Amino acid sequence: MSGSIQDTFFEECEELLEAMDEGLTAIEGGDHDPEVVNAVFRAVHSIKGGAGAFGLDELVAFAHKFETVFDEVRSNKLELDTKLIQLLLRCSDHLADLVTVSRDGGSVDEEHNDVLIAGLEEYLDEEEEDLTFEPMGLGGPSVPLPLAAEEEKSYEIRFRPLKEMFGTGNEPFFLFQALSELGTLEVVLDETELPGFDAMAMDDSYLAWNLTLTTTEPKSAVEAVFEFVEGLCELSIASDKDAEEEAAALAALNAAFGVPGDSAEPETPAPFDAPAPAEATPMATPQATEKVETVKPESNKSEQRGPKPTLRVDLERVDRLINAVGELIINHSMLAQQIANLDVADLRDVETELEGFKNLARDIQEGVMSIRAQPVKPLFQRMARIVREASSATEKTAKLITEGENTEVDKTVIERLSDPLTHILRNAVDHGIEKPEDREAAGKNRTGEIRLSASHRSGSVCIEIKDNGAGINRPRVKQIAIEKGLIPENADLTDAEIDNLLFLPGFSTAKEVSNLSGRGVGMDVVKNAVTALGGRINVSSTPGKGSTFTIILPLTLAVMDGMVVSVADQTMVVPITSIIETMRGSDDMINSLGADGTLLSIRGNFVPICDVAGALGLRKPEGDKPPGVYLLVETETGQRSALAVDDIHDQRQVVIKSLDGVCGNIPGVAAATILGDGKIAMILDSESIIAASPTSATFDSDRRMSNAIAS
Amino acid sequence: MQSQAEVKIGDQEVKHAQQSEFVSFTVAGQAFCLKITQIREIRRWAPVTILPHAPMDVLGVMNLRGAVIPIYDLSARFGLQQTEASERNVVIVVAVHGKPVGLLAESVSEIISINPEEIQDTPPVDSRYTMEYIQGIISHDDTMVRIINLDAVISAPEQGLS
Repeated sequence: MSGSIQDTFFEECEELLEAMDEGLTAIEGGDHDPEVVNAVFRAVHSIKGGAGAFGLDELVAFAHKFETVFDEVRSNKLELDTKLIQLLLRCSDHLADLVTVSRDGGSVDEEHNDVLIAGLEEYLDEEEEDLTFEPMGLGGPSVPLPLAAEEEKSYEIRFRPLKEMFGTGNEPFFLFQALSELGTLEVVLDETELPGFDAMAMDDSYLAWNLTLTTTEPKSAVEAVFEFVEGLCELSIASDKDAEEEAAALAALNAAFGVPGDSAEPETPAPFDAPAPAEATPMATPQATEKVETVKPESNKSEQRGPKPTLRVDLERVDRLINAVGELIINHSMLAQQIANLDVADLRDVETELEGFKNLARDIQEGVMSIRAQPVKPLFQRMARIVREASSATEKTAKLITEGENTEVDKTVIERLSDPLTHILRNAVDHGIEKPEDREAAGKNRTGEIRLSASHRSGSVCIEIKDNGAGINRPRVKQIAIEKGLIPENADLTDAEIDNLLFLPGFSTAKEVSNLSGRGVGMDVVKNAVTALGGRINVSSTPGKGSTFTIILPLTLAVMDGMVVSVADQTMVVPITSIIETMRGSDDMINSLGADGTLLSIRGNFVPICDVAGALGLRKPEGDKPPGVYLLVETETGQRSALAVDDIHDQRQVVIKSLDGVCGNIPGVAAATILGDGKIAMILDSESIIAASPTSATFDSDRRMSNAIAS
Repeated sequence: MQSQAEVKIGDQEVKHAQQSEFVSFTVAGQAFCLKITQIREIRRWAPVTILPHAPMDVLGVMNLRGAVIPIYDLSARFGLQQTEASERNVVIVVAVHGKPVGLLAESVSEIISINPEEIQDTPPVDSRYTMEYIQGIISHDDTMVRIINLDAVISAPEQGLS
């Protein structure tokens, strides 16, 4: 099989696994709707089917067991109790692992595999005998159950796939294989419709099969085999025993198919393990398709199931488009500026056209951006697994509640959020949620709750991870920080500052190194990952009630609204989201505090002034007279500062150009942008500017720490 | 164009195939050169945007058709005096580690073709940086031209400013 087909299979697996997770989560939440159960069953079955086609035996074996148990559930033979649901959830995780291993290589935890299989088999033991032989037969339509189980019957099956069937990846071979598991199967190929080689359309279906099955199974079991190709093939099943009852109906069907139902050509049984006719074979004439649609109303059903049509596009192409659009917008503003500088009397017409150009460019930009925007749902679903694994490893019970799953965020953000979220959630389970007994003693529900929510908040995305555990143990956090030499012993910290100590590099509160978290690389990794995305992370905690981590991220990585200012003859941009207010200051508003601290009085409140030029090292703070324009900004911790700049020019949307790879991390600078005149301007990071400014440093003795906290 | 010329000349072809071409330029009055294949383009100097907290030899960043590229002052990088950048100066755009980087030079002189055997090793001098930055020297028209080891001068971009 070609690699690309296999790639497609794995891509589909991702979607199927997602669907499966979604279904199982719904089931876990108490939704036992047969449709949901069916959806999960279908997902597992499709994975099994695809895996079989690629010879991924381990995956097939496991999926088969999984599917069999699910089939029991589907036919209401097994009750979905908590224990079974937990097992199924673990199995779904394992199935996902198996898929990953099949794709990327590596090895599976055999022991874990065996444990799960044993767990699944427990549910099957009692009915083992029935089951092993009719793995797919239980969920069939509500046809009266077997007449007499021992009685052997023979079915004449006429099976003619339509080309759509091959389009969905179904293989006649596997259908026949499933049939042969029911009893003795004789397969006869009917190639009468096969045209000459020159007239053959490669993607059409010409072949049909006449099958004779001798089995003790009821007809429903036979029909169940074809359940997944319903509407994708012409099918007639005739039983010699049922003949009297159904003769009339069958005759009508056969007449409709134009097929002599019972007169199978008995000669030349095709060797069963002959290579299954691959993609090239099949194909229905248009008439055949029509016929089936009229005869088989079920075909509508499969259409409803189909997802909204989507297009898979190489991400690089989208990125290139985004870059090009960014350039287009810059180009537009340069053009506009050039035209404005021209010495022409009447520019009105040109300006009107230019305005239209601008609107179009914006439209394209928005459209392209929305391609990259994706709901956070798949990410959140994966997180459910993390919590499951973490709680079973720590022997705690915790459940994840997700909110705002449909919030759309840039794809890169979603991808790069996975690690930090995993880390936070593991920590929440490992350190946050208490042991069930302790919870009970504290008067809480035994099961810990972690709430993961996403929402849009004025131009940014807010992701919140809230647990109802014990909260941050502040005395211990502070003690550890002192022990590790991260803060001076006599440091007097506010609660918020202590909470934020968690983000210091090398800080880890785990008493002993557990499997899960506490490898010494702690929350600072999380913080770095979030900062790298242009976001901020903050933690708040109430002892005994739990902790909340808040991650604020930009909606998109590519554009933002900024205020264009000038600082020490340089043009710079301050993100508008951080600015509360701008004002022109006068001398009497400025008050000195200590040797080099200055405060700005705003309506009776005093706010520390941070000289941007000084903080960026562009001019000595004690040099010239302080500049006259102030931007009042607020940090995540709620601390306010006044950024002193020379002048404010404009407020506009700017395209963010990362400085990664251009130069190292510059304190105070978040990124760069290209202005209308083609010049580059630095985009300032107000938080780190304030941190770099001497006036607001909490501990002059240990700048590293104050940087880490405030930035 | 060069390759066509080589084919016409015929018997000199072999000799030419071994030759490499260097672009020579002056930095703080000294002659330096870079292999022509390392150079993407040469632009006239235009004021750059200053990077805060940047070391002396990083002049800032400039806009190269939508890309932000850092500009280094080669003179300061080599430990010579800082260049007073003006309209007469040039920015040589090179690709280092796959990223474009601009190098400020006083002026570009000429293209010189030389045989590999004409390249002399850098004689040992008392400066580690000189030994690292200068790959070899060429004698050309009675002047000494220093071949720059680009990878050493511009280390991995992340370290450029740290």
